[in-house]
Amino acid sequence: MVEPDYLKFDTLSLHAGQEPDPTTGSRGVPIYQTTSYSFTDTDQAAGLFNLEQPGHIYSRISNPTVAVLEERIAALEGGVGAVCTASGMAAFHLACATIMSAGNHVVASRNIYGGSHNMLNLTMPRFGINTTFVDPRDLDAWSDAITPDTRVLFAETLGNPGIEVLDIPAVAEVAHQHGLPLMLDATFTTPYLMKPIDLGADIVMHSVTKFLGGHGIALGGVIVDGGRFDWAANDKFPTLSQPYDGYHGITFTEEYGHQALSMRARAEGLRDFGAAMSPTNAFHLLQGIETLPLRMQRHVENTAAVVDFLTDNEAVSWVSHPSVSSHPDHELAKQLLPKGAGAILSFGINGGREAGRRFIENVQLASHVANVGDAKTLVIHPASTTHQQLSADDLVAAGVGEDLIRLSVGLEDAGDIIFDLARALRASQKG
Amino acid sequence: MDLQCRSLDVKIATGGVALDRDARPVLLIHGAGMDRTVWNQQTRYLAHHGFAPIAVDLPGHGGSDGACHETIGSMAEWVNDFIDEIGMGPVRLVGHSMGCLIALEVASSFSPNVERIVLMGAAAAMPVHPDLLGAAQRNEILAPQLMTAWAHGSRAHIAGNPTPGLWMRSSCQALLERAGDGVIFNDLYACNAYDAGDVAARIECPVTVIVGSEDKMTPPKATAQLVAGFSEVELKHLDGIGHMMMLEAPNDIRKILLEALQ
Ligand SMILES: Cc1ncc(COP(=O)(O)O)c(C=O)c1O
Repeated sequence: MVEPDYLKFDTLSLHAGQEPDPTTGSRGVPIYQTTSYSFTDTDQAAGLFNLEQPGHIYSRISNPTVAVLEERIAALEGGVGAVCTASGMAAFHLACATIMSAGNHVVASRNIYGGSHNMLNLTMPRFGINTTFVDPRDLDAWSDAITPDTRVLFAETLGNPGIEVLDIPAVAEVAHQHGLPLMLDATFTTPYLMKPIDLGADIVMHSVTKFLGGHGIALGGVIVDGGRFDWAANDKFPTLSQPYDGYHGITFTEEYGHQALSMRARAEGLRDFGAAMSPTNAFHLLQGIETLPLRMQRHVENTAAVVDFLTDNEAVSWVSHPSVSSHPDHELAKQLLPKGAGAILSFGINGGREAGRRFIENVQLASHVANVGDAKTLVIHPASTTHQQLSADDLVAAGVGEDLIRLSVGLEDAGDIIFDLARALRASQKG
Repeated sequence: MDLQCRSLDVKIATGGVALDRDARPVLLIHGAGMDRTVWNQQTRYLAHHGFAPIAVDLPGHGGSDGACHETIGSMAEWVNDFIDEIGMGPVRLVGHSMGCLIALEVASSFSPNVERIVLMGAAAAMPVHPDLLGAAQRNEILAPQLMTAWAHGSRAHIAGNPTPGLWMRSSCQALLERAGDGVIFNDLYACNAYDAGDVAARIECPVTVIVGSEDKMTPPKATAQLVAGFSEVELKHLDGIGHMMMLEAPNDIRKILLEALQ
């Protein structure tokens, strides 16, 4: 049997979206640090503005350096296209704003990044879009929460901070049975560990800031369009399936079919909301993606070593990572994430909030920052930082206890990471 | 928008403008398992340059109703009826791959309805690899994968999509995955069974043929055999471009079309 001779993931990580610069031969991706692009003539200018022909007009809408990153991430995810944004939150907003309008409704996992939770819970209702939060493991809860106004189901591939593994095929089936798309935040897994589109997701978003960039030096976000969802199958998505006055009555599904979402998100969303990624950030993020496969392997190896260490440590009351056999999604993780369930884990520290504080203050190698997915090991105490806007009840619902420490395992020598954690854990118990 | 043919809905793309019945009609026919959207890099441009593009979904494809037609001959009869239904007189026919075979048949058998033809990814015979045919018959994902792999030149496998942010390979695969069960097999089977005979010699209208140097589905040699049969033909070569030329080299194809369709 013949095989499709596709370029493999590692190759695409280095090459997809780029060919040597046609004018200079530059092998590295040039930083096109420009706001605008000269038109060759009025016909070309009119054609660009009118979506008659492709090309760059103004860097809020597209930029050649950013376009390399977009094509590369789309290639790695297996999507038909991607749109990069200034941050992960901007990507989440762009996706929501592209497919929804006032009066619409979201069903979302309750175990998501605090910022995403805030946007859905507090901010979007001001614009008439409301959300019902559900336990991501409860399939009935997903379908029970769907109303005639629902337009999307949203979750993270790995939840935050309990590292719940989403049963993507099952939740996708619920969504598709209701004529709805499944949107996933795949920041914690990256396309190296899992390809959500192959598993049934329709829109994938990332905070590129995290593992994709890997170095913790540049913010960025992306939405990836899976291209399999039929936006015109029902009347729920008029932004895509009805004429749009913004481009003289074009109907995106009629003209672009499976690429309708990518085209509309750029033509309207970047143009009007303007949360564009800077070319320099795109350049930095591209450098990171070149080594994504190597880094993710090492993240996963180091995580395994850290999990082993924590599991045996007396100061630790519990460890939550899907690789631990007591984790409720241990079996699902083996199936959906055979290369590893990421490098983010949480654990409970004996002695609660006070011990947590002492632990954080005594780590020396690990950095205390509000970030994850850096090449360096990071720690945080969510109850006092990322999730501090949540009420006590919401905290419990989101699975964030006061004793919870979240760890993003980096690429340092595993022995050095463990030495640092051991020292801080000892100090945490000397109250 | 939708038109009707033989009392069934036919989905067409017109470049995002209302169909201009005073402009010169250009009917664009997609290839096996695909739909109207493969022409999205050309239709809107044509619509704003004096033409009335009509990129059609063949029956059973994309948004058109009805069952797939099983032979190229029967597809051609349907297209001829559809040209009558459009009611704008003879059309300029543009075909891609299987769409070329249909265009050849329409132009030779129903010549009053055809002003001229432009073919891309064309050949007198389109034998289909048995593994691909088998995968298509079993509705396996391998079929879209193989077609996508073979349909793009080496450059398109890495980069070079002129539309910022789009990724050509997965776009092609997603499009083929959206085809209903049996559609890809139907089309590939029809291509495989097609015998061009002396069709080229029977065509009297002007012909333009566009050849991609890296076309693995209808290699330049196979196109040359077809081309040899035309009494008069204009040939255009695209270097480093594969079978999906209207998406791989949209700017070149737009230029060629604008010239050839005048
Ligand atoms: C899972 C997840 N999604 C989204 C975001 C938001 O991304 P950004 O900070 O790039 O806006 C974050 C950031 O912490 C995150 O961890």
